[in-house]
Amino acid sequence: MLAEPTRILDADGSPVSEVEHELDTVRYLYRSMVTARIFDRKASALQRQGRLATYAPFEGQEASQIGTAASLKEEDWLVASYRDAAAMNLHGYPWELLLAGRMGDERGGHTPEGINVLPPSITVGGHMIHAAGIAWAQKIKKNNAIAVTIFGDGATSEGDFHEAMNFAGVFELPMIFVCQNNGWAISTPRERQTASETIAQKAHAYGFTGVLVDGNDVLAVDQVIRHSIDRARQGKGPTLVEALTYRIRGHTTADDHSRYREKTHIESWRRNDPLNRVQKFLKAHDAWSAQWQSEIEQSASSQIEHAVTRAENLAPFDVGEIFSGSFAELTPTLLEQRQEAEGYDS
Amino acid sequence: MRTLNMAQALRDAHDVALEDPRVVILGEDIGRAGGVFRVTDGLQQRHGSDRVIDTPVSESGIVGTAYGMAIAGLRPIVEIQFLGFVYPAYDQIVSHVARIRNRSQHRFTAPMVIRLPYGAGIGAAEHHSESTEAIFTHIAGLKVVVASTPENAKGLLLAALEDPDPVIFLEPIRLYRSTTGDVAEGHYITPIGESVTIQRGDDVTLIAYGAMIRETLQAANLLESVGVSAEVIDLQTLVPLDSELILKSVKRTGRAVLVHEAPRTGGVGAEIAAQIQAQALYSLLAPIERVTGWDLVVPLRKAEHHYIPSVERITAAARRTLES
Ligand SMILES: Cc1ncc(C[n+]2csc(CCOP(=O)(O)OP(=O)(O)O)c2C)c(N)n1
Repeated sequence: MLAEPTRILDADGSPVSEVEHELDTVRYLYRSMVTARIFDRKASALQRQGRLATYAPFEGQEASQIGTAASLKEEDWLVASYRDAAAMNLHGYPWELLLAGRMGDERGGHTPEGINVLPPSITVGGHMIHAAGIAWAQKIKKNNAIAVTIFGDGATSEGDFHEAMNFAGVFELPMIFVCQNNGWAISTPRERQTASETIAQKAHAYGFTGVLVDGNDVLAVDQVIRHSIDRARQGKGPTLVEALTYRIRGHTTADDHSRYREKTHIESWRRNDPLNRVQKFLKAHDAWSAQWQSEIEQSASSQIEHAVTRAENLAPFDVGEIFSGSFAELTPTLLEQRQEAEGYDS
Repeated sequence: MRTLNMAQALRDAHDVALEDPRVVILGEDIGRAGGVFRVTDGLQQRHGSDRVIDTPVSESGIVGTAYGMAIAGLRPIVEIQFLGFVYPAYDQIVSHVARIRNRSQHRFTAPMVIRLPYGAGIGAAEHHSESTEAIFTHIAGLKVVVASTPENAKGLLLAALEDPDPVIFLEPIRLYRSTTGDVAEGHYITPIGESVTIQRGDDVTLIAYGAMIRETLQAANLLESVGVSAEVIDLQTLVPLDSELILKSVKRTGRAVLVHEAPRTGGVGAEIAAQIQAQALYSLLAPIERVTGWDLVVPLRKAEHHYIPSVERITAAARRTLES
């Protein structure tokens, strides 16, 4: 029997357990999800227009991501992957840099000073252990900050997942593992990643707590994450959170997902949409109006259009600049190669 | 004979290979989805999901289990989605796959093929454009081959499968669909360890492999238009090198330009240059030239054209050898 995931709102927005959130917080979470979805759709559209390389859409996963990042403090760290733009942005990574990276510009990886978010991991699985190291450093330095890492169900099959979980358990690290179980790793269904009933239960074997949460319920995700943050800050060690969600679009804009999954399945998940249920909840509490909706949509659109313009207007790299990221100081060999490269750049 | 692109030719090679009941194919998304480059398209439907196996996302697991299968008498072909994702399996490859023959003094062997799509040129995301073949050519116990045409892709894959030792099999991503050619039906091999002269010439020898063959041939044509007769060698195999063919050509032309997309330092070109100077020094009329990628992480889409060796760079290098 699959353990029941923590849930606060059902798909129709009716509370199934006590809502601890203030209405203003719910509106904030909703607004963040609306903004994220507008970004996601914009990025996919840019890709179709050839203005962006391959893009990994997160539609359907907004609640998992916004719920994960919403209660982090500025000093906390976020280590996420290619599909996690919503969470990264909420923790301070600018939309324009997320776009720039996807446009094929290295400057997209330059996190602004003071923002504790690593550039998105493109390789699967390698980044979780980095969050463990960052969390460990907080512990050693006696900082109160924690680290959160986000990854997919597929990533739990990589050996590095084991090593990250093991270190986190052994050293009781102040961190949270957030697995966005969206049902698929490209074409591979979740059942083919692990014979475990849940991913959450894996935490048990590493000596810490695993929690299953409805990943399309932003209130539930936020609540579970807040409890995990509290535990981490109190020195009670790591938590693994498995957010059950669904990837509505293809793996990336290059993926033809009709090859491996049924339309009806996607449709049934659409009825579970993370934004709809919060909207219904807000309506039921007189905290939503069509006018407010169009205001937040317009403000998100203009914010994102602005980001697109800035990302597209980054000056092209000239040949010499491709060398600039290699070392703090270019080696003699690289200086020679740069000179040679510039000789051809006519 | 049919006209196929490289991805189709490789698919055909796998189809032929699967006639041998020992052959299994393992990889991420290779079954139902047919592989990210569609190289195994339709093969699971044809040959079954216990022969064409969708695995968890676990490169070390894929290579490690393939090694066990090889020891136990199967002939696995492993598909890694991109060369840049093979590194989690590097320990398995270096510490186990490459060494078991020596460790067990021939008692156990791991004949298997590890297929790696490699190289830049399609504006892909980070880690999807690498040419780090030198980290394999450096490892004792591994053979390394690189396809450059639909025809040799099929022939080399079938040869790799027959080889008694593990073979790293490199497939240039930017050629999957952009090259087409006649491919014979059924079984044939392109021998491992043999390079081919794909254009005859007298003044300078251009040596390349994989995706860089295209730019190298274009350079040879440009050179011809200014009266320089360039010979072009397609290495096809990086380990073991066909030193005989290389040396024979360079001794005749007296000039060598070594071309690869991989970074220069410690690249395949360095080994070839060392062999030429050791065995053909007195035939050389000019210093050996290397035209390679820079010693950098491959730039992303907006700047990758600054990285891939251009026709202009190859041509200029050839002309420099003629000036001295
Ligand atoms: C080490 C590594 N292996 C393979 C890949 C290719 N790849 C990219 S995403 C992906 C599936 C990952 O699935 P999951 O972890 O569930 O995350 P999702 O894409 O569903 O968000 C694969 C196999 C990669 N990027 N890195």
